[in-house]
Amino acid sequence: MEQYEPDRLSPAQEAAVRRSFRNGRAALTRRSLLRASTGGALAVGGLGALSACGIPAAGNTQGGVPAEDHSKEEKSVSFSNWTEYMDVDETGRQHPTLEAFTERTGIEVKYTEDINDNTEFFGKIKPQLAAGQDTGRDVIVLTDWLAARLIRLGWVQKLDPANLPNAFANLSPQFRSPDWDPGRAYSYPWQGIATVIAYNKKALDGIEVKTLSDLLDNPKLKGRVGLLTEMRDTMGLTLLDMGKEPEKFTADDFDAALARLQRAVDKGQVRRFTGNDYTADITKGDFAACVAWAGDVVQLKADNPDIDFLIPDSGYMMSSDNLLVPNKARHKTNAERLIDYYFEPRAAAELAAYINFVCPVEGVKDELAKIDEDAANNPLILPDKAMQAKSRAFRSLSSKEETEFEEKFAKLTGA
Amino acid sequence: MATLTQAPPVAPPPAPEKRPPRRRGRWTPYLLLLPGLLWLLVFFALPVIYQASTSVQTGSLEQGYEVTWHFATYWEALSEYWPQFVRSVLYAASATVLCLLLGYPLAYLIAFRAGRWRNLIMILVIAPFFTSFLIRTLAWKTILADGGPVVDALNALHVLDVTAWLGWTAGDRVLATPLAVVCGLTYNFLPFMILPLYTSLERIDPRLHEAANDLYAKPSTTFRRVTFPLSMPGVVSGTLLTFIPASGDYINSDLLGSTDTRMVGNVIQSQFLRILDYPTAAALSFILMAAILAIVTLYIRKSGTEDLV
Repeated sequence: MEQYEPDRLSPAQEAAVRRSFRNGRAALTRRSLLRASTGGALAVGGLGALSACGIPAAGNTQGGVPAEDHSKEEKSVSFSNWTEYMDVDETGRQHPTLEAFTERTGIEVKYTEDINDNTEFFGKIKPQLAAGQDTGRDVIVLTDWLAARLIRLGWVQKLDPANLPNAFANLSPQFRSPDWDPGRAYSYPWQGIATVIAYNKKALDGIEVKTLSDLLDNPKLKGRVGLLTEMRDTMGLTLLDMGKEPEKFTADDFDAALARLQRAVDKGQVRRFTGNDYTADITKGDFAACVAWAGDVVQLKADNPDIDFLIPDSGYMMSSDNLLVPNKARHKTNAERLIDYYFEPRAAAELAAYINFVCPVEGVKDELAKIDEDAANNPLILPDKAMQAKSRAFRSLSSKEETEFEEKFAKLTGA
Repeated sequence: MATLTQAPPVAPPPAPEKRPPRRRGRWTPYLLLLPGLLWLLVFFALPVIYQASTSVQTGSLEQGYEVTWHFATYWEALSEYWPQFVRSVLYAASATVLCLLLGYPLAYLIAFRAGRWRNLIMILVIAPFFTSFLIRTLAWKTILADGGPVVDALNALHVLDVTAWLGWTAGDRVLATPLAVVCGLTYNFLPFMILPLYTSLERIDPRLHEAANDLYAKPSTTFRRVTFPLSMPGVVSGTLLTFIPASGDYINSDLLGSTDTRMVGNVIQSQFLRILDYPTAAALSFILMAAILAIVTLYIRKSGTEDLV
């Protein structure tokens, strides 16, 4: 018995229909493609795939992972630094201190200015370090809190003191023992960053400012005060202003300081929270006074005599950018020699004369005076004893605290 | 099965010499699409899947993140940051409307009245793109500086009293207020409005205007009944090209705004980079994507130009 099949197409017709789906107009409409691609995406990214892409634990290695040290056979070291954080000669292409290092040691320095932002750079090197791979960098420069995180994660190598005689002897006392790297086992400071209060004399127009409280409370400064988006700098100065110690504050102290700032924000006292762009606001006078970094203030003051700075009696915050050797770096010994070189007074002075941050090296004054008398007497570059006594540091945070505090602080800044 | 065996013999295949051109034709569209599809797969589909996965993970940087299907992150993110979402939509919509109001007359002028100046004006429209987005935004800080000529003039005319009363500005300044952010957004996205508007206006046959004139239509009627409806594709694509990036923008709010002008882009940035709460950041991105998709779909439906975008 034959089965009844309605509307059966002849084989020729069937072939024609099949062809038309592949070749004809129907074959390639946007809609069918969209459908196809969504289907594909779903197939690729089905639920299984979704669960498969968890992020592995960031690290658990203690003491860092060395690689085979190729320092002997490969006379080179690659150094990643922030932009404009190194001396430059008149042509703008050579770095005299690095040239001198190469001349003396025969070690060629591959110098790259590829760090613009701590968080951004962390995102960049995280995948390699988490996977236990070489980042291609032998020396990197990171700010305290990120250096602390990398040490905590076990992503940087312990330095060999035998290769660091100058660094050991000449490191300025205020940088000797941060709580996140006691005795500087993993890191040495490149430059110190003092957080102070800057003001524009013209914009202040006779209003007296002495402390952070003046900035936060004086109604005449309403809407003309700037604070930094760097949580540790702004909160550190606030804690100091409230008589708390940034080295050992509690969560309650933090909340109290935050509430104090929140009141100022709610009153409209604070114009904005800024990153480095505060320099434009204070120069134009949109900020009458703001929390600022000393290195910038030295520069701004040179360009605009109206700009000056003050150190509150309660003290100022000091942090530093630190030289670190990441895991699996190929030229660890060369890296250590480079670090040590910058703790020789001569090299340190040349660098300090050019970049105007706080110099972390002792005994530089005479060398610096030979190059630039003003810089040698500037307490923002070479802090005198009185200045050093007022220097305070923000305590290191556990990763839980870090997330919690950053989140609360971000709320304060509006995001 | 029985039917198959009884089927008449299949006709012999067509002569081989006819085949090659056809076969090539069949695969060409797919081959041409391949690079684009691969690009989309690698740079769109995979990241989206990765983000989708991140948004339902829990954990910390040290312990690593695991997919736990923690959908509550979405709800928490939304209930915590809804003001920033509302603000983003509001600012982006205001900027889009301003762009349309500023851009339409200019596009009209370029398309119909500019004559030999047409190319010059077009270059002027595109010229800002030759400098970086950041520099352009920072320039506005100089233009709108406190005590600068613009702010002084606005103060003298008491315009800022009105805007302050409306809550758009604060005190006698423009910078660090919502108005500055919307102005910045408008400025930065204006060319994205003008270019599609110009393209669709330029395509209108001038004879249609003459015809309208011959049929005793006033200039305003001609615009309402002829020009504007024919320029709808430009209006729709212009508003989309402005609204979508503007609602995700965070640079303008960051540089020209203050604590009370933060948009959802700022929140995502700080969650991803400062707080390192990747799941919340990913969830926020998805909510933003969904919200924009919903708004855009609704808009396209309403404007009835589905086939024109």
